[in-house]
Amino acid sequence: MVIAVVAFVLLRTAVVPHSFGQYGHYRGDAIAEAAARPIAHAGHEVCEACHTDVVDQKKLGKHVVVACEACHGAQAKHADDPASIKPPKLDTAVLCARCHEANSAKPKGFPQVVTADHAGGLACDTCHQPHRPKIEETGQAKTKPATEAKK
Amino acid sequence: MDITRRRLLILLPAAAVAWKFVQAGTPEAAPNYKLTEHWWAMLVDIPKCIGCGSCVRACSEENDVPEGYFRTWVERYHVSDWKIERPEVESPDGGKQGFPPNEISAGKDFFVPKLCNHCADSPCTQVCPVGATFVTPDGVVLVDKSYCLGCRYCVQACPYGCRFINPKTNTAEKCSLCYHRITKGLTTACCEVCPTGARQLADLKNPKDPIHEFLKTHTVQVLKPHMATGAKVFYNGMDGSVR
Repeated sequence: MVIAVVAFVLLRTAVVPHSFGQYGHYRGDAIAEAAARPIAHAGHEVCEACHTDVVDQKKLGKHVVVACEACHGAQAKHADDPASIKPPKLDTAVLCARCHEANSAKPKGFPQVVTADHAGGLACDTCHQPHRPKIEETGQAKTKPATEAKK
Repeated sequence: MDITRRRLLILLPAAAVAWKFVQAGTPEAAPNYKLTEHWWAMLVDIPKCIGCGSCVRACSEENDVPEGYFRTWVERYHVSDWKIERPEVESPDGGKQGFPPNEISAGKDFFVPKLCNHCADSPCTQVCPVGATFVTPDGVVLVDKSYCLGCRYCVQACPYGCRFINPKTNTAEKCSLCYHRITKGLTTACCEVCPTGARQLADLKNPKDPIHEFLKTHTVQVLKPHMATGAKVFYNGMDGSVR
């Protein structure tokens, strides 16, 4: 009987991970392993530390609240090695439409357009500067498109 | 003291348990991160969601989610005036590329982002036969991939449909609330990229977190409250038709 109990205890100690039961009925080390994974999105504070010119532009427009990686995608690798890893060129015709294409489910106060009517196939950055999208009188385009949807 | 057989039988298991704790050491999620000082939650402000899918794309990229599977997704609801209990819900590709324009018809339309609710009393952790999924001391439901059998009990148990089996690893997978980010002082990838602030990470144990004021001053609901799961994803402005 004693041998059986000792054998059981030894076997259990050998088989069960050493951190099992540390916090509950699971492997305690799994928490540290989950926390140790590398990040993919650097966070806007990291981007802003270098791209101060863009920060200044964004402050003048409504996109000030939009984080860099919302459009540019995950850039932690670029932040780690800015010289050799460059962010891909973006297609504004796709990017801007994701947020601003008219849709009855979007909040009524959110600026929306029917891109086919609004831009006629032109890329959005032909007229709008993405970091400061409002077209100023002194900007590239002088006129506001008449087909802007009122949502 | 004489070592009798009775005493030996009592002492041996106790010694084994004590030795296990000696071996375990004192792991901590991150050097300056204290598990007991946080209780993570999320706030989803439905009236702010524009269905752009930024959160879905960011989540996929951050967590290497397989194509066609989603840790978070966005649903578009259409609720007609006379069918409030039977809303039309769609989520093409999880809303990853946004939503195509919809046909305007009577009723109301809105977007609802979904993710794991990180329940305090989660059914998924209760059914796991091996302890591969669990609630951390800081309130996040995680999956231990190296311990998961892929038995799918948890996938069936989740009332919110937030789990799936990763086809590459054959283990259960779900939103980890970007545990690798929040333990480093960052916000989740979905909250980071949300252009309208419709998603906000919240720490209920932090008295300075704006969530406390928000919960006091807004009508906030959780999904399926009748399930009593202790869900910690709070929805502001949620229509009664949302399931």
